[in-house]
Amino acid sequence: MTTPAAPLHITSPPAGSGRQAHWLALAGNPNSGKTTLFNALTGLRQKVGNYAGVTVEKKVGRMFNLHGQEVQVLDLPGTYSLSVRSPDEKVARDVLLGTVSDTPRPELIVCVADANNLERSLYLTSQILDLNLPVILVLNMMDLAKAAGVEIDIKNLESLLGVPIIPVVASKEVGLIPLKQAITRELEKPPARTWTLPVEIESEVQALALEFEKAHSMDNATAFANALAALSEDEHTIHENFPKSVHSTIVNAQAKLEATGLDWRDAMVESRYTWIQSICAQVVKQGDPNAVTMSEKIDHVLTHKVWGWITFLGMMSLMFFTIFTVAIYPMQWIEALFGALQSFAGNHLPVGVVRDLICSGVISGVGSVVIFLPQILILFFFIGLLEDTGYMARAAFLMDRLMNRVGLHGKSFIPLLCSFACAIPGVMAARTIENPKDRLVTIMIAPLMSCSARLPVYTIMIATMFPTDAVSNWQKALIMLGMYLLGALVAFALAWLFKKTLMKGRTPVLIMELPPYRIPAIKTVSVHLWNRASTFIRRAGTVILALSIVLWVLMTYPKTPYATPSVALANSVAGKIGHAIEPVIAPLGFDWRIGIGLVGSFAAREIFVSTMGMVFNIEDADETSPPLKDAFNDARRVDGTPLFTPAVCISLMVFYVLAMQCVSTVAVVRRETNSWRWPIFQIFYMTGLAYIGSFIAFNAVRFFFGS
Amino acid sequence: MTLNELSAGQTATISKINAAGSIRQRLMELGLLRGTPIEVVRFAPMGDPIEIKFKGYHLSLRKEEAATIEVSPSPSSN
Repeated sequence: MTTPAAPLHITSPPAGSGRQAHWLALAGNPNSGKTTLFNALTGLRQKVGNYAGVTVEKKVGRMFNLHGQEVQVLDLPGTYSLSVRSPDEKVARDVLLGTVSDTPRPELIVCVADANNLERSLYLTSQILDLNLPVILVLNMMDLAKAAGVEIDIKNLESLLGVPIIPVVASKEVGLIPLKQAITRELEKPPARTWTLPVEIESEVQALALEFEKAHSMDNATAFANALAALSEDEHTIHENFPKSVHSTIVNAQAKLEATGLDWRDAMVESRYTWIQSICAQVVKQGDPNAVTMSEKIDHVLTHKVWGWITFLGMMSLMFFTIFTVAIYPMQWIEALFGALQSFAGNHLPVGVVRDLICSGVISGVGSVVIFLPQILILFFFIGLLEDTGYMARAAFLMDRLMNRVGLHGKSFIPLLCSFACAIPGVMAARTIENPKDRLVTIMIAPLMSCSARLPVYTIMIATMFPTDAVSNWQKALIMLGMYLLGALVAFALAWLFKKTLMKGRTPVLIMELPPYRIPAIKTVSVHLWNRASTFIRRAGTVILALSIVLWVLMTYPKTPYATPSVALANSVAGKIGHAIEPVIAPLGFDWRIGIGLVGSFAAREIFVSTMGMVFNIEDADETSPPLKDAFNDARRVDGTPLFTPAVCISLMVFYVLAMQCVSTVAVVRRETNSWRWPIFQIFYMTGLAYIGSFIAFNAVRFFFGS
Repeated sequence: MTLNELSAGQTATISKINAAGSIRQRLMELGLLRGTPIEVVRFAPMGDPIEIKFKGYHLSLRKEEAATIEVSPSPSSN
């Protein structure tokens, strides 16, 4: 090619001065509006995954600079400092230092600062400036700052920091063009660090930086930043945040600093703040400190001793009301759709194994999980709303004391509450918990909350217990409530136990910002919803499909020709498993028929009802159908005594409260914990718990009520 | 006097931080430095944690951590 390419189509720009960024990272404090800016820049052109080896969300999007060239944008986890306190913050630090294997170091860092909170935001900004990478500082939420009377002299700040500064309102997409202009400009490194440490401390930090420089082939600026981060570590946190090979180097450096007799830890923070404060004094004019913001007025109500609880309960009730009323319609559509699919496939596929597999295995198996999608989506929507408005932090503020009793954090509350509708959004919402051990404990106990898939089982068993109308509805409701309470109480007891033993750790410290309330941007909430829903479908989909097929095979083969469905099921592998486990489940009051129900509902609890319908030869059984209830009441053991005594009904319900029978949850826990170890542990401990619980319940009811 | 001993609505200035290690570091990084003016906004309905305001933003801390922050109450505080 001899003809010069048009400037617009330069794909590999010349090295040196003409270089532009094609790989940039957004960094900033939590609540700085970083993600809103990310969505505004990239729209729906984003991919959500995980960083290799950790369960920290990696969000990469595409945007175009003003030359029409594609730029990859990485939305780093929010962090207050490069001295890290959680896996999320560690990822942010490591990407900035360029030590993450699957993520190249950004060419440009767009640092997002809350204009209302400049002093604190500049702390992270100055740490990032230390790295000597090209930086653009974005001052977000300029509208709110203006309303609060905060004035920032941007020109002056630009000259003091030596980097481009772009004021924006990300939620209203104001200022994006100047930002894109700055991104399109050729890359330029910021001026060298001007803040300084006390001399003795500076020389020790430089000495450690030199070691890092040699060991990791880092440039001096990066090594210096790394040294500062390393020195701030504690004895018990150092192994979480730094590779073993440098532990002794770091500890030695700390010992040397200790020997100087100086308050070196404080100096590292204070020196930086002194520099920041001198800058802020020159460029920021604060608003009236006594002015009461809208957010503070709202908090007068929402965190009030009386009104706070009322609004909290109101909001949670609204969430559940919506799930159980609104979700019914799309659930009916999905049911109809899968029914139509099933009959379409049934009519168009040739009779045979493939048709049976597709109709009864794949379509009905996947359908039984997809049916919960509306609930899951509504929950995701509410969680997104709670997060984006800033209410989530208030909920944690209200509930912290309670959660603290079992060694958890206020932030565990919402994930657990969500699990009453469905454990999947609950488990995924646990991502907001910074401490990995707390997150794990929350995930481990979340499926014990009675989700909506257990309702059909409770409903049919309670109906079976009281076949006549002799018992009032409120007594039935009381039993139902008892099951919900049982799950919650066991969950809290286990949280306490896990924190004492398996996931031993001090009660996490609560240092939580209460961000100003915000009207959520529709784009942010919908992008959120889309990302979570597609993640669930993609990740859980394959596991659900595979298990649906396996279960179908178990319940279909070997075939018994010309037999009724109930005889065919009894002769199938599942039927044989039901028979085989009878001696094991007999102490719980269960016989082989209930055994088949348990096997059938291993993948999804509500399948129990349709499986039992097959066992008792009832077409289209659902939890409210009188034939199934009647069949249950007519069922007899070999010795002629009724099978479904109240003791058996209670025992069965207790089993469903405590057992982990949900492939979707298993798949999601696998994804969120990044290993098979935890979901497998969960299946075992919950099944064990269910067995013991049922055994106790069965015998207790028999002992006290004689049935 | 420590931060948790102030009552809601009271203002003070931080005089010393007694927290240790990485918690001390994080509190300072968030701007809780000697000489910083601070206000206790409220206690959570169950008495713990507490909400404080400083440098124009709101933070919540448990009493346990607040007890490590020594303050001198502002004379003019009501």
